[in-house]
Amino acid sequence: MEVVRNLRIQNDLGLHARCAARIVALAGQFRSKLYFKKDEHEVEGSSILSLLTLACPKGTEVQLRAVGEDADLLMEAMTRLFEQRFGE
Amino acid sequence: MNEVTEKQGEITTRLKGIAVSPGIIIGKARLVDRSRVKILYQYLISEESVSKEAERFKRALEAAKEQIIAYKNRMPDQIKQHSFILDTHLMIMEDTMFLNATIDAILNEKINAEWALMKSVQHIRQLFSQIDDEYLRERVADVEQVAERILRNLAGRKDENTLHFSDRVIIVAHELSPADTSAIDIGKVMGFITDVGGRTSHAAIIAQSLKIPAVVGLETVTNRVQDGNLLIVDGTSGEVFINPEDDLIIQYQEKQLQHELYESRIIRLSHLPAESLDGQLIELRANIEFLEEVTAAKDLGAEGIGLYRTEYHYLRGLALPTENELFEDYRQVAEILSPAPVVIRTLDLGGDRFSPDLAHAKQANPALGLRAIRFCLKEPEVFKTQLRAILRASAFGNVQMMFPMISGLTEILDTKEILAEVMADLDRAGMAYNRNIETGVMIEVPSAVAVADILAKHVDFFSIGTNDLIQYALAIDRINEHVAFMYQPFHPAILRMIRQVIKAAKDAGIRVSVCGEMAGDPLSAFILLGLGITNLSMAPWSIPMVKNLIRSISMKEARTDVRRIMQLDTATKVRNFAYAKIESLNQDGGEKDLSVRSRRENRPLARKGR
Repeated sequence: MEVVRNLRIQNDLGLHARCAARIVALAGQFRSKLYFKKDEHEVEGSSILSLLTLACPKGTEVQLRAVGEDADLLMEAMTRLFEQRFGE
Repeated sequence: MNEVTEKQGEITTRLKGIAVSPGIIIGKARLVDRSRVKILYQYLISEESVSKEAERFKRALEAAKEQIIAYKNRMPDQIKQHSFILDTHLMIMEDTMFLNATIDAILNEKINAEWALMKSVQHIRQLFSQIDDEYLRERVADVEQVAERILRNLAGRKDENTLHFSDRVIIVAHELSPADTSAIDIGKVMGFITDVGGRTSHAAIIAQSLKIPAVVGLETVTNRVQDGNLLIVDGTSGEVFINPEDDLIIQYQEKQLQHELYESRIIRLSHLPAESLDGQLIELRANIEFLEEVTAAKDLGAEGIGLYRTEYHYLRGLALPTENELFEDYRQVAEILSPAPVVIRTLDLGGDRFSPDLAHAKQANPALGLRAIRFCLKEPEVFKTQLRAILRASAFGNVQMMFPMISGLTEILDTKEILAEVMADLDRAGMAYNRNIETGVMIEVPSAVAVADILAKHVDFFSIGTNDLIQYALAIDRINEHVAFMYQPFHPAILRMIRQVIKAAKDAGIRVSVCGEMAGDPLSAFILLGLGITNLSMAPWSIPMVKNLIRSISMKEARTDVRRIMQLDTATKVRNFAYAKIESLNQDGGEKDLSVRSRRENRPLARKGR
């Protein structure tokens, strides 16, 4: 199963280390793989360093792609994390 | 400027850094060298050695994880907030770009673990160097620290962070992280000196709270010092001598003794009132940045905190502080001080710290740009979070707040409107706060001086921030070495502006204090007192010195002297007059060291004056 969704970074500091760490931690709880894409550049959502190198300031739209048996659950969880502005 | 002199084959080297914690120590160096791990580059011959090498790397990595978890558990409570950095380190160790890339390089390129690791780091460094955002770009330092730790484990070195010494030593390091300081056997440390860092670096804060000398920003000290070298560290002037000559040692032993005598005399003095010979009481408060400084400030005789800087929580990176984080911090300061006051200054930072857009725009003139109250009014959500935290803390002690960089009445009215909204929110939420909290403004922009009479009708107090006022009024950037000598606190224009602000405050019946460096320097403090200031706020360690001054002058005389000073036409004449006055006090049998620090800190001025 593959689920694709576009989400917007809404917290003021953009995708900074603390948010990236939350993404990696959450993605690690699922069996599916997660990818982040910005401007044709796609990285793994399990790598905090890759997420940081995407360099997403506030307002950036990123495309999330989840691949695997629980891809839909993973995408739901990610959507919630984005909506909660990574708990900040 | 480093002087070198010969001494029986040994050479005395003098280095000058930033003095961050006062005092003099003479002792042996102990290098805490986190970076110098020799790296060998080797190709691996057999398949067997390749898989063994991958295993060796994994073991070093696991050991590194265990070390980090152990530090995390050992961290003292007051620095627990830094533990997030350690979590990031753990995550980096498991990152594909770090872990998988290194193991792949070992297996495929058949190179040793150290080489493979350096290759991964190099790759990551290259990727990060392309990021525009400065904060994100600098996160590569975390990757380098993790790599260093693993390299050390690969080299089979004992973890240097678990330091135990048989004698008392002076710690020499490139920099000290919270993990380092939490693991050092603190009781054996005489002082710290480091290559990098500033007044708010971790080493500085730790040294101040331990009351041991420290000098930072020495640039190359770790290259120049070897384990066991004899060092003299002067944490008051920022000087460090490596392998000092005998004469110099004797000279500094004398200085050390004097400093200790002075300190003990000062400490005795610190609980006496700041009362002039003719019976006028002056209120002395401290400027601080950290909760940890409150106790030291009280010990030195501060009767409250006249300036609590709040930028730290916004600068430590990662994310904006939450309302609760700020509230906890402010509440503790308020509780410790109560019933003495704490004046919390709202955020005084440039907008570029927050938004990549602003950082990109590279404000050509940040001192005149979007910062302090201007930024807060533009980003009311950030501002409201802080105001809520301050208001909530006001239920726990004598909390006052002041706003930086006010240039006219509109900013005060806009700020008050936001404050009223926040109060209404708190009312709705049923949260306790002091409805009559006193609010004041910093007077540091020349336009605010010109309209001080207007502003005075809308606030409870003024606090004159002389550092910025001098910079803006004289159009001098202190950091620019070509004009720094023209930064003149004694400039007649500055004295007239201060007089004007005092008059406006008195006419409106509000309080006025001074919280810039002028308050902590005996020469300028003398003039401020003569101008009628009765409330000074300064760096904690300046308080005893200024109290000493107050206790040896008569306010009546000071006012007469200052009337004469106000007739003088240049900064040099003003300074010389004040200097002669303070010197005569010394000769009259006052405290001998009254003007020592003043002479040292105003070197550019003093040179001009002679």
